[in-house]
Amino acid sequence: MLHRAIVYGTPLLLATVGEIYAERSGVLNLGVEGMMSIGAVVAFGVSLSTGNAWLGVMAAAAAAGALSLVHGFASINLRANQVVSGLALTMLGLGISGLLGKAYVGRPPGATIKGVEIPFLSEVPFLGKILFNQDPLVYASIAIAIVGWFVLFRTRLGLNIRSCGENPGAADVSGISVYRIRHLSVFLGGLLAGLAGAYLSLVYVPSWTQGLTGGRGWIVIGLTIFAFWKPLRAIAAAYLFGLLFVLPYRLQPLGVHTSLLQTLPYIVTVIALVVLSRESIRKRMAAPGALTTPYVREEI
Amino acid sequence: MRIGSLAEIRFERRRKSLGRKGILITVSAVLIGILLAGLFFSLIGVSPVFAYKRILIGSFGSMSGWREILRKAIPLMMCGAGLAIAFRGLFWNIGAEGQIIAGAVAATWVALSLEQAPSWVLLPSMFGLGFLFGAAWCIIPALLWAKLKVNEVITTLMLNYVVISLATFLVDGPWKGSSQYGYPYTDTFVDSARIPFIQGTRIPFLTLILAPLFCVGLYLLLTRSRAGYEIKVTGYNPKAARYAGMSFTKTLFLIAVISGGLAGIAGVGEVAGVHGKLSYPEDISSGYGFTAIIVAWLARLNPLGVVVSSIFVSGLLVGGDAIRTGGVPAASIDIFMGLILLMLVSTEIFRSYEIKIGGGGAS
Amino acid sequence: MEKPYILIPEPPSRGGIISLKEVIPGASRVAGKFGRILAGERLDSKIVEEEAEIGEIVLEARGIRKAFGSVVANDGIDFEVKAGEIHALLGENGAGKTTLVKILYGIYRCDEGAIRIGGEEVEITSPTDARDLGIGMVHQHFMLVDPNTVAENVALGLPGGRFMFPEQEVKDRIKRYSSVYGLKVDPDDRVWQISAGEKQTIEILKALFSGARVIILDEPTAVLTPIETADLFEALRLMARRGKAVIFITHKLGEVIELSDRVTVLRKGKVVGCIDTRDTSREELARMMVGGRITPSVRESSERSGKTVLEVDGLSVMGDRGTMAVRNVSFKLDSGEILGLAGVAGNGQRELVEALTGLRSPVSGRVEIEGTGVTYADPRTLASMGVAYIPEDRMELAIVGDLSVSENLVLRKYWQEPFSKGISLDDGAIESYASEMIEEYNIVTPSKDTPARKLSGGNIQRLVLARETSRHPKMIIASHPTSGLDVKAANDIRGRLLEESNQGASILMDSEDLDEIFMLSDRIAVMSKGEIVDIVPRDDATKERIGLLMGGALSK
Repeated sequence: MLHRAIVYGTPLLLATVGEIYAERSGVLNLGVEGMMSIGAVVAFGVSLSTGNAWLGVMAAAAAAGALSLVHGFASINLRANQVVSGLALTMLGLGISGLLGKAYVGRPPGATIKGVEIPFLSEVPFLGKILFNQDPLVYASIAIAIVGWFVLFRTRLGLNIRSCGENPGAADVSGISVYRIRHLSVFLGGLLAGLAGAYLSLVYVPSWTQGLTGGRGWIVIGLTIFAFWKPLRAIAAAYLFGLLFVLPYRLQPLGVHTSLLQTLPYIVTVIALVVLSRESIRKRMAAPGALTTPYVREEI
Repeated sequence: MRIGSLAEIRFERRRKSLGRKGILITVSAVLIGILLAGLFFSLIGVSPVFAYKRILIGSFGSMSGWREILRKAIPLMMCGAGLAIAFRGLFWNIGAEGQIIAGAVAATWVALSLEQAPSWVLLPSMFGLGFLFGAAWCIIPALLWAKLKVNEVITTLMLNYVVISLATFLVDGPWKGSSQYGYPYTDTFVDSARIPFIQGTRIPFLTLILAPLFCVGLYLLLTRSRAGYEIKVTGYNPKAARYAGMSFTKTLFLIAVISGGLAGIAGVGEVAGVHGKLSYPEDISSGYGFTAIIVAWLARLNPLGVVVSSIFVSGLLVGGDAIRTGGVPAASIDIFMGLILLMLVSTEIFRSYEIKIGGGGAS
Repeated sequence: MEKPYILIPEPPSRGGIISLKEVIPGASRVAGKFGRILAGERLDSKIVEEEAEIGEIVLEARGIRKAFGSVVANDGIDFEVKAGEIHALLGENGAGKTTLVKILYGIYRCDEGAIRIGGEEVEITSPTDARDLGIGMVHQHFMLVDPNTVAENVALGLPGGRFMFPEQEVKDRIKRYSSVYGLKVDPDDRVWQISAGEKQTIEILKALFSGARVIILDEPTAVLTPIETADLFEALRLMARRGKAVIFITHKLGEVIELSDRVTVLRKGKVVGCIDTRDTSREELARMMVGGRITPSVRESSERSGKTVLEVDGLSVMGDRGTMAVRNVSFKLDSGEILGLAGVAGNGQRELVEALTGLRSPVSGRVEIEGTGVTYADPRTLASMGVAYIPEDRMELAIVGDLSVSENLVLRKYWQEPFSKGISLDDGAIESYASEMIEEYNIVTPSKDTPARKLSGGNIQRLVLARETSRHPKMIIASHPTSGLDVKAANDIRGRLLEESNQGASILMDSEDLDEIFMLSDRIAVMSKGEIVDIVPRDDATKERIGLLMGGALSK
């Protein structure tokens, strides 16, 4: 079960790290659900026609990234309302993926990504089978989270991103192109959401149906807050939620109806947000100061 | 933005405000959306002209189309008006879908429990409880937002899933009807719990009248009442609202009651009027709560405008059904809507700014 | 010619961290370039190398003209600054000083005119251009990233900085410059924790590290204590001796005399004159600045009426950072009296005013208005009791920009008759009230329905005043009532306040403008570090004493 929890949490982790970058730069991306969906369908389709799952993964990232550029352009250059723009993109993403995926419903995947057994480590009792017997994308996602942390907090690029999100005026005056940074961060968010979607259709299920993403994109938005916009915490948050999703299936034999159990993760998200919003915590770790505010260089 | 070293594309604040001409922007946004969708159609191998003809004929061009348009417009209108109020108060209620279901569940409960009661008892109780349940489902996130600053986009969204799962559970379990064939739904409501249709259509007459009335009512609320003034100030400038002594919590509570309650009533209308029973939530409300966001935005958050925009959007939905039978997949309607919403939101900037292509520098 | 300045020698850069440079030579340069593009920074940013000789003209601006619509902020301005000099830019609010400086720093672009650096004509289209040309700016309202550390802020966008661990590089430099210039700051502190003086130091360091030859400071002493001001002046003198050119904007005559070598006086967008400071006097400068004498509305000294309207006893209010912003404050206010609240911004005035207007709950103490306890009252109760509040933050608090003028005029009384009948608003009553107010208070607006944010600052303030004082309130709390207003509007507002007090209103006026306080107050209360240090009758007060009290140098 824990094994499955990690598998469940991996797409959440990937997309959350992406969303963390977008939000850290000051752009709220509510289109994650749509981008994950696009990623899923593109990955499925490409791997079906080429027989290569990894090509599917890359194509998924590219497609979702392309979609995110639209949101970026609208929110950043055209200063559109970020909440509504993101919602529009979710609709677009879900629609396009539903369209493209029509041909794929019910088909077996062209290729999947198999699990890897890491020698020696996977022999470790209990932990071995859970941690060291996963597919490469799981390890990649953890690596991405760690690299994500490093870049965000220990490099110039990360400093610039964080500054754009807190006080874009200060960044601008220091010679940083706020637009470019924000576009980049949103694009990154899209890429990772695409990866997450690819994971869903190629590893997790694996197949394609309409609605495959099942609201995970929204959970990612919640997880971003839950992780306090820190990629390392996102690892813990994502796996915790993986656990919550897997739990219903374990509890089902006990006679509790699945539908009721399925409400668990959503309720926990709400409770988690409530608990986390306590004043004292918020003072130390709050949302990026300029989140959702389009940047306009001061003129008159 | 800079293109080359000569030309520069800038946004400059307009000197004069647009006023009435602003509607041009809305219209052109919709037109661009339609054009882009047409482009999209041709990409997937469908002639845009064919598609549009089908859409128009299937919706605004026929009596049966109009019947469907009105039927779908009712819940859109009610939710849209409620969302217009909520968004004006900067309360992003993405949970209208769930609030509809909450109302539907409430109505079903009454209908199934009080089967013996006469119509004049059943219907008002169904509506009343539906309103309460819908409102309650919105009040929780609203209070969390007002008191604890918890992001309402997520909480309203999460509660959607919760209530949908609950409803599914009820339909599969305790409320499973005695007469069904593999596809679960509750028993059909007794006649006294149904809203009669207009002759020859599937439009419940009661809600058809109520919906525009609500819109007018909310418009009056917004423009003529103290509460409306408070909602506007709270949305435009929360700091000034405090300075004016307005209670943020009270205002938000009111917004939640209105927005959630109206969605709840829409749910009652669907279940007591259109379907006559409760089935899986996806059948009761196929995205009305989310589509209502477009309705509200298109109407620029004006409850009176919602009357018109809900009919327009409903037409798009019906048209979408029409092309489905013509071989174009259903998902294209989502794309259509998404594009229009995107265009609407992207063109907002042109209301206050104009494009200037400037060149050169100071000296 | 001899170069009498000293360059601070740079030790070879060394960190404890392995840099890519060691691993793959040349790779770091590529990575650095890539990193910079990625990081949204310009590739060609570099640090200015050559230093100018002292006495040489470093920056020259000729014929600068900038108009915003019909308002000409800069009208044919000629301005120059030499290496090694401290040049003051003097003028009142609205004279055009900030506009000029923003043009020099690339935030605005002038409509006409030429700028020369080191003799060569240049085009400054953005702050980055300015920085590359050797112009550094210390803003009036700091442009810093609060949750980040001092080092991170200094490193932000620094040309030539590293990709990995960028803030490490600057930490040592910060410590050295700190001790050389006497501007103490700890590189690991977070910006939200430090004082205004330290924040200013960050901006100065950023300018110096980018190789600025010209350093511009915009009203630098507005937020500093007298001790911090002295430290700043020392540092500036040191910088000048090292060959930097320093331009500082001020409207304080004393500072000009104390610090500058030359002063350029601006009035209404034009240069009135540019003189060597030692050849002029405060009086002459004031004359140039103000251009002849205006008749200020001056308070006729009156006896205290003896009827106490407001009584504050032992009030303590918590600030935003978790520290006490107001400590044990007590004072009384009589009817018809104007009490001026003086002090450097940030010493608790804002929190005190917020507590008295119901926007912030005190932690302890008592507030009474005519005997009724109002310590924890909300804004509406206070408004109903006749307490008017003119907030400092006009656009964000006092008005709702998107609502019309008439809707704004009833913001603080809409729940009362005749504007409200039950649950609905009476539009007719609101409209006629609005017409009356526009007439009486000379509010210039295209129509009653114009969104309030389109009005000019002065008219917005007239709106606020109309709203707050039309019913002749018992008490008026005015925060920075004339800041940012032109002379006519400021006089208007002051006149109104005087009128109200003549009709019996008690006024508590919090203002940064000591002249204004002296003009209007009967008594002057000085706030420093959250306490009222002293309350002095205006006739007994001198600017020096008040200034010293503000700096915390004297106590009761």
